[in-house]
Amino acid sequence: MKSDGFDQFKGSSDYVTSEPLRNAVNVAIALGRPLLIRGEPGTGKTLLAHSISSGLGKKLIVWNIKSTTKAQEGLYVYDTVQRLNDSRFGDRDVSDIKQYIKLGKLGQAFASLEQVVLLIDEVDKADIEFPNDLLNELDEMSFHIPETNETITAIHRPISVITSNAEKELPDAFLRRCIFHYIEFPDPELMEEIVQVHFPNIKNSLLREALKTFYSLREIDEFRKKPSTSELIDWIRALIVGGIPHENVSKEIPFVGTLLKKETDYDYFVNSHMTRIGSTFITRRQ
Amino acid sequence: MFTDFFYTLRKRKVPVSTTEWMTLMEALTKGCITNLDEFYFLARAILVKSEAYYDHYDVAFKEYFKGVETPAEISEQILEWIRDPINRMILTEKEQILFDSMDFDELLEELEKRLKEQTEQHDRGGYWIGRGGTSPFGHSGYYPAGIRIGGESRGRHAIQIAQERRFRNYRNDLTLDVRQIKIALKSLRRLSRIGSEDELDLKKTIDAIAKNAGEIELMWQRSRKNAVKVLLLMDVGGSMEPFALLCNQLFSAAHSSTHFKDLRYYYFHNCIYDDLYQDIERQEAVSTDRLLSTIESDYKLILVGDARMAPSELMERYGAINYYERNETPGIVRLNQIAEHFTHYVWLNPYGPRFWIHPTVQMIGKIFPMFPLTLNGLEQAVKSLIVKK
Repeated sequence: MKSDGFDQFKGSSDYVTSEPLRNAVNVAIALGRPLLIRGEPGTGKTLLAHSISSGLGKKLIVWNIKSTTKAQEGLYVYDTVQRLNDSRFGDRDVSDIKQYIKLGKLGQAFASLEQVVLLIDEVDKADIEFPNDLLNELDEMSFHIPETNETITAIHRPISVITSNAEKELPDAFLRRCIFHYIEFPDPELMEEIVQVHFPNIKNSLLREALKTFYSLREIDEFRKKPSTSELIDWIRALIVGGIPHENVSKEIPFVGTLLKKETDYDYFVNSHMTRIGSTFITRRQ
Repeated sequence: MFTDFFYTLRKRKVPVSTTEWMTLMEALTKGCITNLDEFYFLARAILVKSEAYYDHYDVAFKEYFKGVETPAEISEQILEWIRDPINRMILTEKEQILFDSMDFDELLEELEKRLKEQTEQHDRGGYWIGRGGTSPFGHSGYYPAGIRIGGESRGRHAIQIAQERRFRNYRNDLTLDVRQIKIALKSLRRLSRIGSEDELDLKKTIDAIAKNAGEIELMWQRSRKNAVKVLLLMDVGGSMEPFALLCNQLFSAAHSSTHFKDLRYYYFHNCIYDDLYQDIERQEAVSTDRLLSTIESDYKLILVGDARMAPSELMERYGAINYYERNETPGIVRLNQIAEHFTHYVWLNPYGPRFWIHPTVQMIGKIFPMFPLTLNGLEQAVKSLIVKK
């Protein structure tokens, strides 16, 4: 991204990015298109938006999607029950509908006086038609409120980041309008950088042992849920707090419960591997 | 610009549309990129919308941009290599003579020729340069170590990244993967109003308020949730061994599909007799009678198995392949009993219909509607599980 005038996203001090990812972010900003991010859990999809926000010094608006979320909620909600209630007790002037219109996250992002970063988190959790319902709004960056006959138009196109776990296929029409990036699981080199961001004073020997153990655990295909970055960070924190000497890390794998969150995985690991390594860890845990 | 690249991509089955192509053109006119490497990532971010197609993209990119490599960068690397005296020491005596007899331009020319040759047939091996003792570029292994053509991280060229085809494993046209099965299973749903009354029933509320002459009365109703319950019975071991992975995928898809109201699963070997098992090793037994008496008949039953066995295993008392099972009731009676209990049931067979001309497969196929364990088969099976009876 060599042109002038573009917001140059270079990452932020607490978030390590790869070059292709930075490029994708800058393209999305330059073209004003939503950036769709996919990748394994724990690869920092959600944190990316936080990093863009702090890196560019822009406000972040987060819209967490749940299975019950409707596209309309992101635009605005007309609180009819409140109005009905007010009409009964006469607290407010019910003919002024405006006061019962509450902007959703997308609406807030449009109405904001300065450019914001909008994170639509885990878009695939909602109904299969959800992304299609937002197509027009994301394209034109405006929507109409029939109740007040108002049109909300984005003053500045928000920088939209959409994350997905690919549980559902996203509709083609939606995909066509996005910039896409798939975050690969970080290789040991990048992971070292990531860990150092979190623990600047970590001893090299401990870091190396921890990463070695971590990547060998990830090799085990039998796990339902392989440990990911966030688990590694927690684990290393536990190792540091627990004052575990580095030579014990790969031998004993202390606090393995921070890495393996599923009971079946934990049992599988203890049964198949710990017996070989020795019972030190199990007795300690008990 | 690059219009042929668009068609190369489509030929390689990357689903690119004109919309995306125009977006790419827009990005190019804005001057977003300065070299081929940036183009590689820019075009990928705009044109490719799933990691499943990253590999297709790599193949197409390699095909289209083959030979566009800028030689300037390569010769720079070679110069560096030649300047380093240590590199000369790893050459054999014969190579030394050959090396000295060429001047730099010849050397460069020769290298580029070979590099190109190898680019075209990179599949054969991991080395870039050097094929044995007579090459001025050293034995395989030495040379790339010295100048790191196709080395790591920043020094890499887009085409080389494309050539690595790191995303090969993400392709999904090769096998039926868990995600696809999950999507197929998603359609196995029947929405009904269950749970607590947490949704405003607008119509009833209006009626109630009208009746009360404007006095507000809110009426609530239950929200719609998926009511489908699934019972999965899987044949394991023996002739099902080759399909262990496939069955595993089906299982993990069903297991991680959160939208079922309930999922229960048991295992059997070859045919169902007096007992079913809770684990693959078939240690924890549950009596079939007990299961049928405790499970509601509205569970959707999915049986998975090859249905191939000796006819005696299906038809006879004490027919179980495991001698100690001593089944009092023949397998076929059990199967009928199960089919009578449930309203909706299917049998998924990992073998395709071509292999169903077999006595026991035929007999079982008469009891349970049989579908092949493929994506299409699964979709049809799911359809037959949700029809109203």
